[in-house]
Amino acid sequence: MNSKLIVSPPPHIKSGETIGKLMGWTFLALMPVVLLDIYLFGGYALRTIFLSIIGTVVTEAVILKYRHMPVTIIDGSAALTGLLLALTLPPRVPYWLPLIGGFLAITFGKQLFGGLGYNIFNPALVGRAILFVSWPNILTNSWFAPLRELDAITTATPLLALRQVRAGTLTADLSVVYKPLLFLNRGGCLGEISAALLILGGLILIARKAIDWRIPVSFISTVTFLSLLARTNILLNILGGGLLLGAFFMATDPVTSPVTRKGRIVYGVGCGLVVMLIRLYSGYPEGVMFAILFMSAFVSLIDKFTQPRKYGLVKTK
Amino acid sequence: MVKRFNYQGGFILAGVFGKLKTLKKGMMFPDKYDFLKSQLGKKPIEEASLSEEVVIPLSQHIGAPCKPLVEVKQRVLVGQKIGDSNGFVSAPVHSSVSGEIKAIEPRLIFTGDKVLSVIIAPDGKQEVAGFNGLSEEEIVCPDKVRAVVRESGIVGLGGAAFPTHVKLTPPKDKPVKDVIVNGCECEPFIAGDHRNMLENAESIIDGLRIILQTIGAEKGYIAIETNKIDALHHISNLVSSEKNIKVVPLNAKYPQGAEKQLIQVVLGREVPSGCIPCEVGALVQNVGTTIAISKAIREGKPLFERVLSVTGSGINEPKNLRVKIGTSVSHLIKECGGFKGEPGKVVFGGPMTGFALFDLSVPVVKGTSGIVVFKKGTASISDPRGCIRCGRCVQVCPINIMPNFIGQYVEAGMIDNAESSGVMDCIECGVCAYVCPAQRPLIQFMRYAKSKIVANRKKGGK
Repeated sequence: MNSKLIVSPPPHIKSGETIGKLMGWTFLALMPVVLLDIYLFGGYALRTIFLSIIGTVVTEAVILKYRHMPVTIIDGSAALTGLLLALTLPPRVPYWLPLIGGFLAITFGKQLFGGLGYNIFNPALVGRAILFVSWPNILTNSWFAPLRELDAITTATPLLALRQVRAGTLTADLSVVYKPLLFLNRGGCLGEISAALLILGGLILIARKAIDWRIPVSFISTVTFLSLLARTNILLNILGGGLLLGAFFMATDPVTSPVTRKGRIVYGVGCGLVVMLIRLYSGYPEGVMFAILFMSAFVSLIDKFTQPRKYGLVKTK
Repeated sequence: MVKRFNYQGGFILAGVFGKLKTLKKGMMFPDKYDFLKSQLGKKPIEEASLSEEVVIPLSQHIGAPCKPLVEVKQRVLVGQKIGDSNGFVSAPVHSSVSGEIKAIEPRLIFTGDKVLSVIIAPDGKQEVAGFNGLSEEEIVCPDKVRAVVRESGIVGLGGAAFPTHVKLTPPKDKPVKDVIVNGCECEPFIAGDHRNMLENAESIIDGLRIILQTIGAEKGYIAIETNKIDALHHISNLVSSEKNIKVVPLNAKYPQGAEKQLIQVVLGREVPSGCIPCEVGALVQNVGTTIAISKAIREGKPLFERVLSVTGSGINEPKNLRVKIGTSVSHLIKECGGFKGEPGKVVFGGPMTGFALFDLSVPVVKGTSGIVVFKKGTASISDPRGCIRCGRCVQVCPINIMPNFIGQYVEAGMIDNAESSGVMDCIECGVCAYVCPAQRPLIQFMRYAKSKIVANRKKGGK
């Protein structure tokens, strides 16, 4: 009589949360930064972001097609990878660089592992890491003066300046950069343009429960604590560089972070520790990318050791 | 948390009872579901009419199925025993109507299986077989109480339908000290227990007293969630003079009404994995079961009817009904004004754990707590994706297993890994699948793994 009734396993109600919605909220949280980029750098920012997204989405679609899988680019995960990759690039890079980056990110960061959910490392960071070691000159020397002259600092990047001051090769009063760093900073990647807007985006995601607060909070606190311990400039270590972008938008990528609450704190602390080790003792001024990639390798192990105690697993006499 | 705490005067309650207890993990449903539930909770229980045909399955409980005691064309009375078995873990079934037996044949039940059933054509007279309760002197004798509970065919009415006399017979070396009456009804939408607590509160308390006496327990608790504030007040007033019975208000959370979770919340004890509650000296009974015990002991009335909710977006007039066991689902839907629009899904039980039906002729059984109809469009077949490791299922799982990993093990055929990850402890409450943004059928994975493991154990054992 009722041949059209749906039969499916329980539960018959759902929270309504979907992968597409989570990606959508992350896009929304990044929008303020993107709009400011376009305002400051005009067509260059637009071009870099657009080409990077084209690179990831087209690569994803082609590979999924080739693997005979449903082409699920509509969920926005590939596009988000493209946007995140673009935000780790300087504003004015050659047009082919974001395209190649997008291709590398999706191919080597994601699809070779099996696609969404199976990758070990954050695809956007994998893409950036390969670009970074392949064309270091472009990635470190393409800082670009904004189209609109604003009250901003003129050194290469704040962290590089901090390094030079510590090494004694530069004498400058770094406190003048706090305000521009918080609101408008031109010496950096597209995604490092404004700490305030990044924090705003991060708070949106935390309020929406799209990300777990434990990762950014433990990550940033560890960096703060270690800067204090190392007697280096705390504010510059937090605001300058990619820490906020990394802590709020990269390290919180669900696929490459632990699933347990405790594990997320361990992961965040680990990321902070590696960032400070690189910043203080290595040849690179910045280490957020490598720190997150490094800690992602330990995620399975962290999950295993932080698994909550199962109900009923009590000692029986 | 704050929202729920404010809910219908939770603050005042907290003032009276101190900090309210609640499940540590699990989850809270959105307000829209709570609203539907409280609306239905305001509707008094109505008597459902008799259907043209009553189908009484001979196996409505966990344990040995019954054998028919009657023959085709025989006339039966209301409450007459029509099936029984020799097994200890089993419960007899009774006719819910008076009339003639049309057939004894396998019929479809809600699980999709065919079960030997007695089909009765009611004559509408509802002649009752003589019932006799126990006298006051006899009630003190535990064995007599157990015998009556068994003869009355009482099983757990919360859903699992475990024979109640077995629960009332704890092993001698494990005395039960605390009895909890489960008035949580944490499933959304349904409100049968809520109405029972308002309309039959005296029977609940009487039933609890009988249980306490029968098993020699010291303390009785009645656990009620604060989203049923009227029931909470009503029962609190009734037991205020009782020394050994206490009402425990709980902040609403799902799946708080699951047996082992409730013991953890109310008594702070954890039932060891693979054990039953008497291991920690506890016993949990649903409010409906407690009422049935009281009715059976005082009046001799066997279990042939129960209270359930018929509700959902696809029902014209949601109602709480007292239904004769064996009434078909389609009859109850007609009773509630029929479908509103085109039905998309009909669920037998609550929306979190119930069975989706493909045939509406299946009968109501002892363990049926509700019928939920979803309008076409509000129910859809989900499109599962790969796990994105967001960890939401891990955060809500009330027994602290990791549904995401178990799901992936099952997909990869790694049943041994699923077993070592604790899949056998899964209570199938459904919270993991409810929160999953990738729409993964996690409960299906759990059930599949469990059935494989059980099958393997059987093979290995022989």
